[in-house]
Amino acid sequence: MTDEPLLRVSALSKFYGSRVGCDNVSFDLWPGEVLAVVGESGSGKTTLLNCLSTRLLPSSGTASYRMRDGQFRELYRMSEAERRFLMRTDWGFVHQNPADGLRMTVSAGANVGERLMAVGDRHYGKIRATAVDWLSRVEIEEDRIDDEPRAFSGGMRQRLQIARNLVTGPRLVFMDEPTGGLDVSVQARLLDLLRGLVTDLGLAAIVVTHDLAVARLLSQRMMVMKDGRVVESGLTDRVLDDPRAPYTQLLVSSILQV
Amino acid sequence: MPTPLVVSDVAKSFTMHLRDGIKLPVVAGVSFSIKAGECTVLGGPSGAGKSSILKMLYGNYAVDEGQIIVTHEDGLIDLARASPRTVLSVRRQTIGYVSQFLRTVPRVSALDVVAEPLVERGEEREAARAKARALLAQLNLPEKLWMLPPATFSGGEQQRVNIARGFITEHPILLLDEPTASLDATNRDVVIELIAAKKAAGVALLGIFHDHEVREAVADRVIDVTAFAPGKLAA
Repeated sequence: MTDEPLLRVSALSKFYGSRVGCDNVSFDLWPGEVLAVVGESGSGKTTLLNCLSTRLLPSSGTASYRMRDGQFRELYRMSEAERRFLMRTDWGFVHQNPADGLRMTVSAGANVGERLMAVGDRHYGKIRATAVDWLSRVEIEEDRIDDEPRAFSGGMRQRLQIARNLVTGPRLVFMDEPTGGLDVSVQARLLDLLRGLVTDLGLAAIVVTHDLAVARLLSQRMMVMKDGRVVESGLTDRVLDDPRAPYTQLLVSSILQV
Repeated sequence: MPTPLVVSDVAKSFTMHLRDGIKLPVVAGVSFSIKAGECTVLGGPSGAGKSSILKMLYGNYAVDEGQIIVTHEDGLIDLARASPRTVLSVRRQTIGYVSQFLRTVPRVSALDVVAEPLVERGEEREAARAKARALLAQLNLPEKLWMLPPATFSGGEQQRVNIARGFITEHPILLLDEPTASLDATNRDVVIELIAAKKAAGVALLGIFHDHEVREAVADRVIDVTAFAPGKLAA
């Protein structure tokens, strides 16, 4: 383990005109850490995620990322091409809707293989073997490799999206409601899969979710957002078992017991 | 050997913002230390704050005031002020915890639930599973259950999985929150043996045991938690 964070975020704000997207958010993320960002719709969690993944540019603040050579680079000062390269190789982004993260009209194998080719792999046999391996890791049968994701169920599409993102061995993965819109039983399977992959690969991840159970299962640390601001942060189990901020107490007390 | 854990003047209260901000004081002026190779027991009636103290020592509850000094990786750390990352490291290396109830994860087998803390500390998965098997056998958990997720187990079975998970590592400090509450006599005796083995290995244990027999068998020292009642501080 290294003693330097992977990502340093300082006073990040995003305004849409006079409306607040996210306001003055700061944190460090270390390798292997999973950070959950929770809050209700409109709390700014997705805006924050989009700023961090450079899909949006913030109004102010900085975020620096430790590249594979150990040097920190200021994300918002990189060129568009550099950011795209980072996104294709060292990062992953798992969208809530798999259709946003997959190419729906090419085969499952090609969806996974495309990311490999983006990092310079050219050997067809090797790419296909890696694709088969990754499909099996996300529990997709080998005989589905030539099918298009259009023919997959929602849960399978989401697992394919995860395989596509993880195949290049990223160090940081952004996830936006990765289990949103899935049946509970499918969710459980996906969560278990994600948990295993994150642990085995030592990934760092930032997971945006409104589901506190998902946060508890996947993350070690948590930030609670309301109206664009971080109202509470800390160890996930501490925040959930001993919530301090009024809004966190409201969130935690609103969970239905089964 | 240095004292593994020193608690001084710790206070804890809950502020209920949804109930007009009522403040519920739990404990105040909590001061004690625990020793390596000893089992210290927190005594007192329900609601005296025993579990809250354990949870603060594990970083699961925030601490309002005071210090919790723990010897961690050849240094001293104040857990009451430590960053989440430090608390995680302390949990991985220094402080183990057997909670009252098992928090189950869908689809993970009992065997892997038990092996997980060792895997997190860098042990090979198969070696960790071998140790998990030995512990589950010692705790008389039927072998046919090992590969099943514990969500559907009985209370006593879940608790044995939980105990195995807590005892599998070699943490120098082990916190026990009523580990024997729903066990039969045979398995209670197994837990007493496990605790004795930890003591012999130099582990500092701090526990809550409502079961009189178990407490008699394991306690080297009892700390009366009613002494830390918030009202007493003024007196």
